[in-house]
Amino acid sequence: MQNTELTDDLFSPARSGAVEREKISRPMRSGFQDGWFRLKQNKGAVAALAILLVLVALAFLGPLLTKYDYYTTNYGAIFQSPSAEHWFGTDKFGRDQWARVWYGTRISLLIAVVAATLDLLVGVTYGSISALLGGRTDAVMQRIVEVLVGIPNLIIVILLMMVMPAGIGTLIIAMSISGWVNMARLVRAEILKLKNHEFVLAARLLDASNGQIILRHLIPNTVGVIVINTMFTIPSAIFTEAFLSFIGIGLQEPKASLGVLINSGFQVINSHPYLLFISAIVIVLIMVCFSILGDGLRDAFDPQMRV
Amino acid sequence: MSLLEVSNLHISLRTQDSVVKAVRGVSFSLEPKDTLAIVGESGSGKSMTVKGIMKLLPKAGRVTDGKIVFDGTDITQFGERQMRKLNGSEISMIFQDPMTSLNPTMTVGKQIMEVLHEHKKMSAQNQKARAVELLSLVGISSPEKRFGQYPHQLSGGMRQRVVIAIALACDPKILVADEPTTALDVTIQAQILELMKSLQDKISTSIILITHNLGVVANIANKVAVMYGGEIVESGTVDDIFYEAQHPYTLGLIASIPKIHEESVTLKTIPGTPPDLIDPPAGCPFAPRCDKAMKICHLRQPENKQISGTHRSACWLQHSMAKQAAEKEEHHE
Amino acid sequence: MKTYILKRIAYLFVTLLVIMTATFFLMHSLPGTPFDEDKISKLSPEQQRQIYASYGLDQPVHVQYFKYLGNVFQGDFGTSTLYAGHPVRNILMSRIVPSAIVGIQAVLIGLAIGLLLGVVAAYRHNTSLDYLTMVISVLGISVPNFVVAALLQYLFGLKWGLLPVAYWESYSSSVLPSLALSFGVIAQIARFIRTEMLTVLQQDYILMAKSKGLSPVRILLRHALRNSMLPVLTILGAITVNVLTGSLAVESIYSVPGIGSLFVDTIKANDYSTIIGLTVFYSAFYVVVILIIDLLYCVIDPRIRLASAKE
Repeated sequence: MQNTELTDDLFSPARSGAVEREKISRPMRSGFQDGWFRLKQNKGAVAALAILLVLVALAFLGPLLTKYDYYTTNYGAIFQSPSAEHWFGTDKFGRDQWARVWYGTRISLLIAVVAATLDLLVGVTYGSISALLGGRTDAVMQRIVEVLVGIPNLIIVILLMMVMPAGIGTLIIAMSISGWVNMARLVRAEILKLKNHEFVLAARLLDASNGQIILRHLIPNTVGVIVINTMFTIPSAIFTEAFLSFIGIGLQEPKASLGVLINSGFQVINSHPYLLFISAIVIVLIMVCFSILGDGLRDAFDPQMRV
Repeated sequence: MSLLEVSNLHISLRTQDSVVKAVRGVSFSLEPKDTLAIVGESGSGKSMTVKGIMKLLPKAGRVTDGKIVFDGTDITQFGERQMRKLNGSEISMIFQDPMTSLNPTMTVGKQIMEVLHEHKKMSAQNQKARAVELLSLVGISSPEKRFGQYPHQLSGGMRQRVVIAIALACDPKILVADEPTTALDVTIQAQILELMKSLQDKISTSIILITHNLGVVANIANKVAVMYGGEIVESGTVDDIFYEAQHPYTLGLIASIPKIHEESVTLKTIPGTPPDLIDPPAGCPFAPRCDKAMKICHLRQPENKQISGTHRSACWLQHSMAKQAAEKEEHHE
Repeated sequence: MKTYILKRIAYLFVTLLVIMTATFFLMHSLPGTPFDEDKISKLSPEQQRQIYASYGLDQPVHVQYFKYLGNVFQGDFGTSTLYAGHPVRNILMSRIVPSAIVGIQAVLIGLAIGLLLGVVAAYRHNTSLDYLTMVISVLGISVPNFVVAALLQYLFGLKWGLLPVAYWESYSSSVLPSLALSFGVIAQIARFIRTEMLTVLQQDYILMAKSKGLSPVRILLRHALRNSMLPVLTILGAITVNVLTGSLAVESIYSVPGIGSLFVDTIKANDYSTIIGLTVFYSAFYVVVILIIDLLYCVIDPRIRLASAKE
């Protein structure tokens, strides 16, 4: 190219049109596409998602793969190490540990997901009402939140667990009562921030109605915060359940949850450590995967928090 | 011998999945007591150029080609340790936003003393005396009181004065000012420029002023380099640029300076957007926005042609054949 | 600033009052009595009445409540039923020292290691050191502390026999529980410092410090570290919760005669007055820590100091 002969023709005018001038040479991606693209690039998050899906599948299908169920005792086969017959071994009553572990995983996940959903519903409602109404309502609602924030969650959960009959429903209710505050604060803060953002002011100047602003700007922009926070509430609910069952006030035998399993495994850690290890590995995997996935989502979808 | 001689500087920035060629073959020289204004819009590579010289590029950035000679020494290959001796003492920098360029958790006095501590072996007492002296030099009243204050206790204009005091603490040979007034109120802008000008006379330093505002250039600079798309498209003395401008981009910039005496109230603009430097155009980077563009402009880069002793322009219009073609066209009409 | 502190202290009292009230009424809506059902049913109705009366349990609930509030403000939490006859306050006092030793050690270990890991990770961003720190912090945040405690006990105590695991005899007994508790703290701090540091390193004032020709060590200590460490104060609250919560399980696992294990024991034994006392103690401790952290933040960061002075 550099050596081409310079001809007169090359010096004739060749102006670009207006369209070409304003052309943006790279393809545009929407915020969601951009986030999804980033998430897919994050190998850790993709792996975490895959492992989680496998664990969830096992939690539902695992017990079906063996002929044993989680509650039938067999005193002829207690404390058996993992074998072809009992893949994860048996516990002190001779119950099949494979069935118990996956059944327990299912219960733990169920409790966590339901509790997180309740948190989400209450928290989002409370937070957005507080932020959107503002003024006196907001002030009163925030004073209540400030008092509640001063109380450690676990204390509330422990007290409630003692008053109500032990069971899955009680666990869920106890966790939701203490858990929604954080979501409410996040949602309120996010909406308040957005309300004052230039693009919302711009929309207002362009005569957009309140409904339009909520629908087009506030909701899409808070969804990220809500989803990401939920990704962190689920593992923390799994932890709380396991913790309560471990100290003996959550679920009780013969029911199984990861906490119950870890508790009974810990009782016999000297002689039969595999009972503790297997259930510990499952809970750690779940927690780690949720944590990595949550981080990945936050990095991918929340540009302000991106490092 | 020039104080600073930059030739054919190339700088690239790595991004997620591509390489931005931010600076593409920039050359200029700076004499003692010169004030060189580098003018261009955001993304033209002007800030990268000086950061490349001072080795302050972000991690993703790298000087890929070119030569930098400071005061007779080739500093192109200087390592971090060698560059540290120059930065802050021989070459120092003023940043765009004084709200963010001062450490919020350190008193302004300490931030001045720090640079003295690093480069001049002074006693703490002398450091303090010098810091107070510098504060009053840059026009801060009651400098002793200000010495012990934190940045957030000062106004934007005062903070920029502090930044200038830090930059001048070791009597540098070159003062790089990267858009020093952009973040300030219009009324303060003039004061800061005035201050820089008067200080230059006092301590005889050279200044590289980076700006996107050609309007502020005329008062303070004696040389101007106009950058576009990572290249210097035209350079010369202030008179060359303001009265003899040849490059259509420079002409566009001059036309877009608002003028008080003109009747028309519409601001003149240059339509279009700057080129994508991930995949730079083969021809002149300005060609797509240029209303004098010719076929050749889209195909080949113009050479940087000497117009007079001080004046150079990189534009195909300067080529003899372009002039012939223009004459022919006139004949036709 | 003064009004701010007063306002905060007022909140503190409201919070505590809410907790005490809630705790009290919750406990009194419980089915059953705090006494061993088998033993109590063997007593005559007259003897039962006497025992109830000696604990004040025969009076109407609201009378018990106000009496309770009055007592609490005098530092009297009533009498334990699990440790029959002992005032709750005395039991609590005798349990503070072991908990404090373990808790403080855990926080100090966590701060030291977490800080180091976080700074190194940020400075060596995207290197194997950074990834290692990320792995440690993800594990530390995800692995429940009772699992960590159980594993440490298995490895150090049972497998290798290096450290005492189940009795509170000498100083060495506090090592494993402190390590187990510190794991989560290390992770929280390392992760937080890393993020803060990465943000700070991109700030203009760091570039400015470089343009001043300062040495990397000076930039790290004087500019980067100070500005990224201040926000750590904001997560000290979360760390306190982490350690308080963790202490329940960890103290029980290692038989530390502290407040955490006391809490678990009394919960299992339905010891009302001790549970209420401990709940109030835990909440008060937490609320006071948060208050101190907030005040400290105002004192340390000049930006905030001025903002609140203006109010």
